[in-house]
Amino acid sequence: MSPVRSFSGGAVAVAVLVLGLGVAFAVGRFPVSLTDIAVALWSRLTGTPSGLSPAVEAVIFQIRGPRVLAALACGAALAIAGAAFQGLFRNPLVSPDILGASSGAALGAVIAILFSFGIFGIQAAAFVGGLVAVAAVYAVGSTIRSGDPILTLVLTGVVMGALLGAGVGLVKVLADPYNQLPAMTFWLLGSLSAASPADLLPLAGPVVIGAAVLVALRWRMNALSLPEEEARALGLPTGLLRIVIVVAATLTTAASVAAAGIIGWVGLVVPHLARFLVGPDFGRLIPASALLGGGYLLLIDTLARTLGPVEVPLGILTAVIGTPFFIWLLASSRGGWS
Amino acid sequence: MTLGAQDLAFGYRGHPVGQGVSLAVAAGEVLALLGPNGGGKTTLLKTLLGLLPPQAGSVVFDGRDLAVIPVRERARLVAYVPQSHHGTFAFTAFDVVLMGRTAHGGLFARPGAKDRAVAAAMLERLGIAHLSERPVTMISGGERQLVLVARALAQEPRFIVLDEPTASLDFGNQGKVMRQIRSLAADGLGVLFTTHDPNQALGHADRVALLRDGGVMALGPVGEVLSQERLAALYGAPVETVVEPGGRTAFLPG
Repeated sequence: MSPVRSFSGGAVAVAVLVLGLGVAFAVGRFPVSLTDIAVALWSRLTGTPSGLSPAVEAVIFQIRGPRVLAALACGAALAIAGAAFQGLFRNPLVSPDILGASSGAALGAVIAILFSFGIFGIQAAAFVGGLVAVAAVYAVGSTIRSGDPILTLVLTGVVMGALLGAGVGLVKVLADPYNQLPAMTFWLLGSLSAASPADLLPLAGPVVIGAAVLVALRWRMNALSLPEEEARALGLPTGLLRIVIVVAATLTTAASVAAAGIIGWVGLVVPHLARFLVGPDFGRLIPASALLGGGYLLLIDTLARTLGPVEVPLGILTAVIGTPFFIWLLASSRGGWS
Repeated sequence: MTLGAQDLAFGYRGHPVGQGVSLAVAAGEVLALLGPNGGGKTTLLKTLLGLLPPQAGSVVFDGRDLAVIPVRERARLVAYVPQSHHGTFAFTAFDVVLMGRTAHGGLFARPGAKDRAVAAAMLERLGIAHLSERPVTMISGGERQLVLVARALAQEPRFIVLDEPTASLDFGNQGKVMRQIRSLAADGLGVLFTTHDPNQALGHADRVALLRDGGVMALGPVGEVLSQERLAALYGAPVETVVEPGGRTAFLPG
């Protein structure tokens, strides 16, 4: 990787993030300029009056601000988890949905909605569902001792995902079609429309912890993406590292699903865009994925709330972009994943 | 200093491959492991590297049981050159060689200036410095094999173990890789490689071990061990010998 490409690639990732931030605040029924944000933040920090109208301050701190931060955290979380999973499973076509993280979280959430839990109950259930699903996939996958262990694990994840999907279907059949079903459907399609300041801590906490682990281990992910025996011959405790990385990536994914529902494709598409910008070296890829993922989801979320009179679910927009992207990837991937 | 097997039984759980193997490679020596396909060469190699646990007996590094040496320290003693493969991601040759420095830094450490210098020096030493910035998915099989040798050297090991280093290489590249292997031993490394070509063992190794059905059929200096009769017995097929007027010998499948 030439230093020029990686530097300019990193600059592009930062630019996308800044653009996403600017657009997300500026666009909407109540436009807020970057100057307004700077003034509002400065007044909060210094305790001096900002001179802005209370409506603008409310939009910045109560409505759009939390939503922007949530989009940033979810996008970064899904992208960083996707980059880590792709390296760990040596397969650029996997995403956090693999290993059942998303479908487990979905089942947890719809069960919580079925039993009329509050918003925190739904988030907690999604979180537990995601972690339990991954633990189950890992346990089942590692008791099967034939063939390639990575492939076994991935296939176990796909199969468990299908089973969990059937569970979600069952819960939807049992749900009250007037009150619960629309909530479930909307949640399963992904949305940040309900993001409030109270949601930020349960989202940011796990995301920051998981991301910190992945960022700290990013230099080892290069060797870890080699065949198992080579990685061990290079001196890596591969078994332990794999578990730590899977737990960290699942943590960020589950936190994102708990806050915003299922937003597919981000964890697949963004690491590829990041690889295109800074190359496959995980030392640069992991931070670039986080920056780009945040900016990407901010732009998608801004689209979602401005496209029509009704908010378009995020999962639909990401799928519309992700599907052709995936097909293009499949068709053009012969030269290796640069 | 030696790396060796003592009365070693090796294989996979519930699937023994070989037993009773005792051999050792010394610093500065090239030992070739020769045998037919399915004779257990690769499995023995992985056991010697500590990648597979011995089923009985032990792998000994300089008097210490390899099994009690931590994985990180092991990587600074013995390096592994696998058969050339594409890999999943288009890392540059430099990035791949830099991975050889894994065991020299902490788990969270960014590769430092010294690591980068060692990686660059190893690329230079193998004559492939010009490939540094090329993705390994875009270079030839022979070049990729040299990159993997450079990565092993970047580990700064005492012993280097190569699995069929010339399989899938064209004729010219085979010679290039084998000459590099020879020069490693001249620098004091112990080298062990597997091959199914007796001429490669004859031309580039000091000693050879003949492996058949998971056991050592013969072990000794190449000139003494490699004979028409032994090779015919090893492969279960007729072998012809060609002797140059200058005295050099080559074997041909009969």
